[in-house]
Amino acid sequence: MTFCSILFEQPGPRAGLDDLEEPACFGDLNLDQVIDAVTAARGEYRLKPFFYAPLRDVGTITYRHEILRDLEGPALRDCLGTFARAMRSMREHLAQADNLNYKYQRERWFLDAVGIYGEAVSGLQHGLTKVDVKSRGFLAFREYLTDYVRSLEFTSLLAERAKLEGDLGGVTYSLHLQGNRIKVSRDVAADDYAADVEATFQKFKQGAVKDYRATFPSGPEMNHIEAGILDLVAQLCPEVFLALDEYADRHREYLDQTVVDFDREVQFYIAYLAYAQRFTSAGLEFCYPRVTERSKGVSARETFDLALANRLVPSRSSVVCNDFYLAGPERIFVVTGPNQGGKTTFARTFGQLHYLASLGCLVPGREACLFLFDSLFTHFERAEDLANMHGKLEDDLVRIHEMLSHASSRSILIMNEIFTSTTLRDALFLGLKILEQITELDLLCVYVTFVDELASLNEATVSMVSTISPEDPTVRTYKLVRRPADGRAYAAAIAEKHGLSYERLKERLAR
Amino acid sequence: MKAFLMFRDKDFELGRALPPNEPELTQDLELKILFDAMALGDEFLFDVARKAVLSSLNDPAEIVYRQQVLSDCVEQSNVVREIYALTVEAIAGERKVLHGFFQYPDAVLRRSIEVLDLFVGLLKRLRGIADEHAGKFQSAGLTAFFAMLARELDDEYLRSVEDHLERLRFRQGILISARLGKGNKGTDYTLRKPRSLKRGWREWLSFGDRSAFTIVIADRDDSGFKALSELRDRGVNLAANALAQSADHILSFFTMLRAELAFYVGCLNLQQQLVEKGEPVCLPTPLPAGTVAHSCRGLYDVCLSLSQGQRVVGNDVAADGKLLVMITGANQGGKSTFLRSVGLAQLMMQCGLFVAAEAFGANVCAAVFTHFKREEDSTMTSGKLAEELGRMSAIVDRVTPNCLLLFNESFSATNEREGSAIASSIVRALIEVGVKAFFVTHSYELAHGFYSEGSDVALFLRAERQADGTRTFRLGEGEPLPTSFGEDSYVRIFGAASGAPPSAATK
Repeated sequence: MTFCSILFEQPGPRAGLDDLEEPACFGDLNLDQVIDAVTAARGEYRLKPFFYAPLRDVGTITYRHEILRDLEGPALRDCLGTFARAMRSMREHLAQADNLNYKYQRERWFLDAVGIYGEAVSGLQHGLTKVDVKSRGFLAFREYLTDYVRSLEFTSLLAERAKLEGDLGGVTYSLHLQGNRIKVSRDVAADDYAADVEATFQKFKQGAVKDYRATFPSGPEMNHIEAGILDLVAQLCPEVFLALDEYADRHREYLDQTVVDFDREVQFYIAYLAYAQRFTSAGLEFCYPRVTERSKGVSARETFDLALANRLVPSRSSVVCNDFYLAGPERIFVVTGPNQGGKTTFARTFGQLHYLASLGCLVPGREACLFLFDSLFTHFERAEDLANMHGKLEDDLVRIHEMLSHASSRSILIMNEIFTSTTLRDALFLGLKILEQITELDLLCVYVTFVDELASLNEATVSMVSTISPEDPTVRTYKLVRRPADGRAYAAAIAEKHGLSYERLKERLAR
Repeated sequence: MKAFLMFRDKDFELGRALPPNEPELTQDLELKILFDAMALGDEFLFDVARKAVLSSLNDPAEIVYRQQVLSDCVEQSNVVREIYALTVEAIAGERKVLHGFFQYPDAVLRRSIEVLDLFVGLLKRLRGIADEHAGKFQSAGLTAFFAMLARELDDEYLRSVEDHLERLRFRQGILISARLGKGNKGTDYTLRKPRSLKRGWREWLSFGDRSAFTIVIADRDDSGFKALSELRDRGVNLAANALAQSADHILSFFTMLRAELAFYVGCLNLQQQLVEKGEPVCLPTPLPAGTVAHSCRGLYDVCLSLSQGQRVVGNDVAADGKLLVMITGANQGGKSTFLRSVGLAQLMMQCGLFVAAEAFGANVCAAVFTHFKREEDSTMTSGKLAEELGRMSAIVDRVTPNCLLLFNESFSATNEREGSAIASSIVRALIEVGVKAFFVTHSYELAHGFYSEGSDVALFLRAERQADGTRTFRLGEGEPLPTSFGEDSYVRIFGAASGAPPSAATK
């Protein structure tokens, strides 16, 4: 199998990736926060576009899972880490070369960059032969790299560089400074004069004395005198410097595009794994999801909202995990329950799981079986938009209509508390209508609402209720269970807690 | 290059600590007068005199080593003084050369050349003195020193030093070698020795090989000149450091030499003053620790002599084998003076000085302690006896066998019976472990107590009083008497009971 990319088995999907923009559902699902956190320290790799492209076939997902399994091994990760650092150093050298003013300086920094590149690539190839990999991706890449390292192009690049390095290192020259003149020549007199002086006066030494040496700044820039001297040295050793000019010119485009792409794309996995590490080291679990296009019987155990967990874990607060499943004809979760009980979080979790699974990534949870969607639509509460002429209810309806007209039976729809700007009766009526359409399309859906009656509409709906602690009705457990909706939002309990129930108000106002 | 004039095989360290009872010794023996006489106003000489006199040597061989050097110095005092003055000139001269605040290598280099120019001149003069006078010296220390000078500062060496100083002025420019470092920037700048001073640089360049190219920096090119001077600094950095350190090395040599000579210069000063007065001095015979010996002829208190115009009276004492010397007799008879002269002689002998006597021989002591009267405690913490006993206890903490203890009217601040009992038991205990004690006392009970034992380790001296009451200030052997002739003093001050005029004031 010829290697194409560490992210894709086939060449097709790779094209046009860098032009992608953030999907519309990201904001609602807090996936923007998640991806920001994942790509945080690696801005130079421009990883975000890779996260904007859900995969379309299970084969590629499997391809990526294989690679993730290989990356579980520390030896491979170390090897890649060394490679990444070396490539970064090479880029810094190239950037430095660009910043400098003098030709021979630039060329020498370029020479150094090529040297680092050579070492990085050879090191990676050597490291890969030592590691046991099983994924198609890494196996193919290893083969590619081995061929590349042995190729004439690569070996001659490095051999010529080494010779130049040696030749330049061996150049010594003499400067004779007098008055305002500097004479540059190749002739070098033998004795180190400072050592000579020291030896002469050694006999007077009684004990340790002060150090009078001055230190000099050592940045890469040259002043024009140093540059002038360098030019003259080049004239004294024309062969070496001519060879340097020629090398820099001939090998200007020395970088192998596949290697460069690999350096960037492999960070997709490494960044994500580093991100997952934050949670696994706090006791939460990640797993390889089973992703299928054929069955909508999705399920997950001990899963959680990543964006929320990312806030809770650093402050050592506990993260509540949830389970869910759909069986047989079930397609729609109707989620009701007390305010702030975790309903919206559940909805987001459902969305995050499916999205991340579609990227071929690990997902939060002990195990998961998920559906490969073609589109993921979200409808969360937005502020009233004065620009368009609709009221809020109309806004909701327009948006839903849009979504449903673009949805296919392979889409997923997540709706959070819509139709709040109307009476209960209207909300019930509209809710019923929408759910009927959704059922007809056979869409997977999560529908968060305060309208309990919708929960038991038909055989496609499943009622999920957020629960409260038995001892104290004001305490939420954040756990959702499959249970008939029981009509109480427990708002009264919260009101009581704030001293605003009827009895308490009477007491307080009687003062 | 070392001088080794104070010790055969090590440096004389000014930093060493003084004995803990240094303040008492200085006060009781009036050592300041001695130091002043040696220093003649020079602070450094005072310090050296003080350190040397108070750091006693315990090995007779070391003492003899110094005595021999001292003899040479006395014989050739002019030469010694000349060398000493040279070291002072070197140190003062170096200080005068301007110290910059900025340590640019170029500035460091120029300053070091200036200092070394000065030093080379002085080293040449030192060599000249050695050449001219070395043959006149006999002591091991000084002959070795002059041999060292002749060997280390030979003509060839001095020429090579001057050669360096000339080259380091870089009148014909600086030659630096360099390599290509990171990014082809010059690195490893190393100063190279210019081929020859005699040839012009044109010549040695064409002597070499091929081509050379020149950069000329335009007059207005400030940054160019700045770059050039940085290049110079990089080139001469190590050489400037080496040179500056060399200057420091030579300075430390002169400083060391000055310290070693200072003691002897002080001795010369002292000797000159005493000789001018006609007072005798002699080189004593130091005997090893463990022997009990003390004999002198014409021993006098040198500090007393230095602080008055006339000569002072000397004493002859034969106290070999004696651990206790009890001194009694008439008031103002010279007892305390004698006691001080014993202490002074011991210290002077043990630092290699001559002694204020016609002849002197004694064993070396591990330490000298004094227990003299003090004024009433102004803090009123203790009564006089308690204070004396406290001081005694402090001495006992540090005393070892083979020390010398000088008691001056100790434990007299109580009734005679008690005082003498205390003193007696203390003295007895001390001499039983081999501590030597000289005890001046008016206590008949104490003195007689020991006298009647007839011990052969005790000697009894008595201040002489002539029939008419005059003191000769001499001590002679004699049985302690019950009176100290206080009546003489009464008569002298209040007039005789019979109205006779007061007798002539005693000297």
